[in-house]
Amino acid sequence: MHYLIGDLGHLFVITSFITSLVTAFAYFKATTVNDLEKKTFWLHNGRTGFYVHAAAVLGICITLFVIIANHYFEYHYAYNYSDRKLPVYYLISTFWNGQEGSFMLWLFWQAMLGLILIHTNKFWEAPVMTVFALVQAFLASMILGVVIPGLGSKIGSSPFILLRDALHEAPIFMAQPEFVPKDGNGLNPLLQNYWMVIHPPTLFLGFATTLVPFSFCIAGLWMKKYQDWIRPALPWALFSGAVLGLGILMGGYWAYETLNFGGYWNWDPVENAIYVPWLVLVASIHTMITYKNSETALKASIILVITTFILILYATFLTRSGVLGDASVHSFTDLGLSGQLLIYLFFFLLAAVVLAVFRWSEIPSSEKEASTYSREFWIFIGAVTLCLMGFQVLLPTSIPVWNKILHGIGITSNLAIPGDQITFYSRFQLWFAVVVGLLSGVGQFFWWKKIDKDQLKKELTVPVLITLIVFALIVTIGQVYTYTYVILTLAGVFTVVSNTKILISLLKTSPGLSGGAVAHMGVGMMLLGVMFSAGYSKIVSLNNTGMRISNEFSEDFNRDNLLLFINEPRTMWGYDIEFLGERLEPRHHGGYIRKSDVLPTADRDLVVVKRDFTVNGTAFKANDTIDIHGENTFYEIQLRKNGRAYTLYPRAQINPEMGGLLVSPDIYRTVSADLYTHVSSVMKPSEGNEWSKLEEMNVKLSQQFYANDYVCVLESIDRVFEVNGARLNPEDVAVKAKIHIQGEKGDYYAEPIFLIKDKMAGRIPDEVADLGLRITLLNIHPETNEFALGINTRQKDWVVIKALEKPYINLLWLGTLVLMGGFGIAMTRRVREFRKMKAKGFE
Amino acid sequence: MKKSHILILVVIAVAIGIIVSTSNDASTYVGFDEALSLSTSGNKKDIHVVGELKKDDEGHVIGITEGADRVSFSFVMIDDTGKEQRVNYNQPMPADFLRSEKVVVIGSYHGTDFNASKILLKCPSKYQEQKINV
Repeated sequence: MHYLIGDLGHLFVITSFITSLVTAFAYFKATTVNDLEKKTFWLHNGRTGFYVHAAAVLGICITLFVIIANHYFEYHYAYNYSDRKLPVYYLISTFWNGQEGSFMLWLFWQAMLGLILIHTNKFWEAPVMTVFALVQAFLASMILGVVIPGLGSKIGSSPFILLRDALHEAPIFMAQPEFVPKDGNGLNPLLQNYWMVIHPPTLFLGFATTLVPFSFCIAGLWMKKYQDWIRPALPWALFSGAVLGLGILMGGYWAYETLNFGGYWNWDPVENAIYVPWLVLVASIHTMITYKNSETALKASIILVITTFILILYATFLTRSGVLGDASVHSFTDLGLSGQLLIYLFFFLLAAVVLAVFRWSEIPSSEKEASTYSREFWIFIGAVTLCLMGFQVLLPTSIPVWNKILHGIGITSNLAIPGDQITFYSRFQLWFAVVVGLLSGVGQFFWWKKIDKDQLKKELTVPVLITLIVFALIVTIGQVYTYTYVILTLAGVFTVVSNTKILISLLKTSPGLSGGAVAHMGVGMMLLGVMFSAGYSKIVSLNNTGMRISNEFSEDFNRDNLLLFINEPRTMWGYDIEFLGERLEPRHHGGYIRKSDVLPTADRDLVVVKRDFTVNGTAFKANDTIDIHGENTFYEIQLRKNGRAYTLYPRAQINPEMGGLLVSPDIYRTVSADLYTHVSSVMKPSEGNEWSKLEEMNVKLSQQFYANDYVCVLESIDRVFEVNGARLNPEDVAVKAKIHIQGEKGDYYAEPIFLIKDKMAGRIPDEVADLGLRITLLNIHPETNEFALGINTRQKDWVVIKALEKPYINLLWLGTLVLMGGFGIAMTRRVREFRKMKAKGFE
Repeated sequence: MKKSHILILVVIAVAIGIIVSTSNDASTYVGFDEALSLSTSGNKKDIHVVGELKKDDEGHVIGITEGADRVSFSFVMIDDTGKEQRVNYNQPMPADFLRSEKVVVIGSYHGTDFNASKILLKCPSKYQEQKINV
């Protein structure tokens, strides 16, 4: 038992909580006192407090990691989310597998951001850090795990809880309090994916960064500097928009690659909960930029920046309080933090609203009516559209919350989130997307030119013409005939074309300002990518044999899936497609090994090599033991066209946590489309046992014979002294036959054993799974120099696959990168601006 | 009328439109009996049914059949009114299915079978759910 490390962790948690409160108080004093000397004193205290806080947060993270990395399974966190087989990089993802860990991740990023802010912005330090420290206090309280004496209620859920305290009713701990499990439960194999190493940190960095503009905004209201807060807040808002957007899309990409629902976005409440704040964040960026240029939309900026942060807190509440329990496929367990999360949410909601209401009349606003031809007007319309877009998603996502509220006031509501979420949300979001597309095309012209009616016509003529030509080409070539998609295509193309024009003219004059144009080009590309890949995704694995796969399957299944027998080519999507056999994945080497080249052992994750082979340059010797990912089986499927071959490895995973078999696709990427392939039915392990009747034949050494239509040669017969790793007694005899078989794809060896042990004859047959062949050495006839072989055959290995074509999905990924690039350019510009002002002594 | 007023009116109109359509499209939580009568009266909208898995006296889940393709299954569920119903699901068993306290199925009747397009689970709280393998 390692008690010290857990106590240390707990100490760090408490330290981080207390120091955040102390820091908040010190910075509060520093903000409010007028006496310069006292101000310096409190500032100094606040800063020290935050340094200690950041160190404690770092301490929490290191302590937890030490526990996980050293496999201290006496701790609940390590036991529940890791095991000894996990490589280091997945031990890192173990860290944020539990809810406590993800709070820590959030805490960590905000501590880092706080340090950066202290060092970059002296002017705003005190008020901004007051808000920061308060938020940190709330977050730290989530992992506090302290029982308040007298109240009996527990604050927070500690990641440093011992297993026996977590499972205090387990019989083993009653009998043996010092019991430490040998191995942990392990990380869900579904999450053992590189995207799961980088997606959560990115997303939580996105969460954390929304706090920065919020803090500046609150500080601005507090200090009555209603206009000055925008300058330092804007670059952070842009950074946040980029990181959060990237985090969301990484999640989508992971789902696309790993889950088999065939898409990257499912409109699940968990996805929606983070999509909505991002939309509002983007809207706030637009109004802030408007304000920087024309002193309008200040109030709108304040409202939107506050809303973004509150929505992040609301998303946290939705996903972690268990309120979505009946509504989301992600089964969230309630850690008993709902009350705490609600207090967290309402504290900042009320504080921000009260402060804003008190200061509202003092906030300057322009009474001038915006002209229809002003950029401010159109950007404002754009921001409104983004907010409505978010509202449309937020409203139904919150249905479980409405039910709870209605229940609270005594009304029973049985409303549920719409059953077919994808259709429901797409129907609305599509039209919002069209408006966003058109606005980001037209809006840019208003932005860069002081424009009137005639000039607008002149400016728009060329882009509209180019748009129409490109649009006509896309609609014809892509065969886009559904009218909603036609309109979406038009909006997408228009955005890309008009922003390209702006970009070209900007590159000549001031490339540093091109962020907006680039970002909007990205949006247009994403619209097109989504439209094609989702709207025109089609099943290509049509059963073209005219035969049903099985009568047990439904009509749809028989029509949309393709049965592939091993080494029997079929055609699909204009390619020859062939199943080459089941493959296993070595744990410590690249590549895949043939399942028929190894023998299973009692441990699912260990196999023994049957004969020498080389995979990806690694040589494996006979009788070597290889570590594999035993839960995964891959199906090697080859696509061939014009003399070139491509290989796919779709996966089937035995995942007890997921209740059974879980399939993941492999994706063959071409420029114009992705071929998304997953297995839809696989052989049961027992199915291999339905062997034909044994066929007996007598062969001599080096004699050719046929088994299951394959050419075979009996190459040698050798005496062996070890069978299945066990040495034989001196009086026992064993011989091993080595039979060479020419398969369609390469050679195989079968090595059946004949043995006389304790005067009894025994036979150990050998199976060549790829060929559906089993050979037994039945008998030895020394008088004729012949060997009796028994041949069993069975139905060849097979797999049923389903494949979808996802046209032009690369446009979506490319558009995402372009959008991020745009954010990056814009951010660089705003950071420079900020530095310049700082150098002048303004900040 | 000022433009800003028109804008506000438009926003309100869109918002009301969203609210109305959401309440129209929203699904409902019902029992199997009501779900069946809804389905026979021609309502093909997906519905939510809340219930529990059928268990024997010792608390083991019974009535689960694995689909022919291994990636689908069906099970017996008892709704809050006590009605038993076989539910087909075209996907593998979701995580923690057998350990769930409560199950929500989303789908519709096809004849007398209930076909679920999605299954949601309510699991016992985190600290009670696991057993230790010694």
